[in-house]
Amino acid sequence: MNATPALKDWPLWEVFVRSKQGLEHKHCGSLHASDAAHALQMARDVYTRRQEGVSIWVVPSSAISASAPQDKGEFFDPAADKIYRHPTFYEIPAEVGHM
Amino acid sequence: MYTQALSIPDPAEQVPPAVTAAESAERLQRFQDRIDADGRIEPQDWMPDAYRRTLVRQISQHAHSEIVGMLPEGNWISRAPSLKRKAILIAKVQDEGGHGQYLYSAAETLGAARADLIDALHSGRAKYSSIFNYPTLNWADVGVIGWLVDGAAISNQIPLCRCSYGPYARAMIRICKEESFHQRQGYEALLVMMRGTQTQRNMVQDSVNRWWWKCLAMFGPPDADSLHSEQSMRWGIKRISNDELRQKFIDATVPQAQVLGITLPDPELKWNPERGHYDYGPIDWDEFWNTVNGKGPCNQQRLATRVKAHQDGQWLRDAALAHARKQQQRALKEAA
Repeated sequence: MNATPALKDWPLWEVFVRSKQGLEHKHCGSLHASDAAHALQMARDVYTRRQEGVSIWVVPSSAISASAPQDKGEFFDPAADKIYRHPTFYEIPAEVGHM
Repeated sequence: MYTQALSIPDPAEQVPPAVTAAESAERLQRFQDRIDADGRIEPQDWMPDAYRRTLVRQISQHAHSEIVGMLPEGNWISRAPSLKRKAILIAKVQDEGGHGQYLYSAAETLGAARADLIDALHSGRAKYSSIFNYPTLNWADVGVIGWLVDGAAISNQIPLCRCSYGPYARAMIRICKEESFHQRQGYEALLVMMRGTQTQRNMVQDSVNRWWWKCLAMFGPPDADSLHSEQSMRWGIKRISNDELRQKFIDATVPQAQVLGITLPDPELKWNPERGHYDYGPIDWDEFWNTVNGKGPCNQQRLATRVKAHQDGQWLRDAALAHARKQQQRALKEAA
């Protein structure tokens, strides 16, 4: 992490939890902590008090880049008119069965 | 745990205009359309300033309530009657702390700074649920808080899981899952006491007598006098009115009280077959407002305890930062 903020307050971290082996990590919230090790410990206490996770990622919130909601139209537009990317676009004779 | 003092304005706060001139009618329309279509608003989306402020106020009051709500029960951790009850109570109080954390995080997604929110609580500018300004006098109070206070909280919080603001709704889903344990452990603790001696049964009845009306007040002022309700409904922040929620809670609680074997302290409480609901007597709103306005039996003590805990923890927060800084410098040196 290069853009380390002047550590005046405990910085904000985003927390991702893998609920069980074989599933992806999922964003579940955020918290303040002094460093990564501390953030992991806090995340365990705040987000997995009932065995909700087998693995936790913490990421400095400042390190996340997000797409802008006001650009939603054009940003996602390229996919909007390509219905041939979906299997339902193609008609297959019924006697073929499941495909 | 929970607040309904939720729609209580902070002192000195003006009721803001629903929208300022700078916010174009078109953007506002799009915003309202999304809410009307039961869509969700996320942190980066445009929202009217008043919507944002209402949410910051409500979510932070809710967070403060969770944190202050640790105190009345925390008093009993060292005096719990058995190791089992002590472990349960610790877990519950820890949950309340966790709920406060989820909610502060949700408020922060609206641009509020954690330090400012906490400062608003500690300086007395921000409100929290007035239910926590009453003392817990005996062990039965711990059970009654779980059963009735958390029960009232759950009725209030379930509709908030569908709140139009995504991060608040998601925090509420998480909280509601955990609250169910809170209510059940309380009710079960009372069942055990009711199977005990006459003195124990009297303790339960005494506790219910003291908490019942205060729990009904938790749902907030009657709809007719509710300041923010209408706008909050339109914004999808509030889904069900105070009076409707209160009635639901009463209807659900009366049979539970019968199973428990206690009476609810309201001579006017009786089933009304025409309405299909229980009728109930008048709530003492003067007492409610007195407590909201700082004159409840424990207001000063609760706040002083919070401020002291915060101050006593300053060395730890400083030490954690100093440690992080040292680690950072060490890493930089090794990289060089």
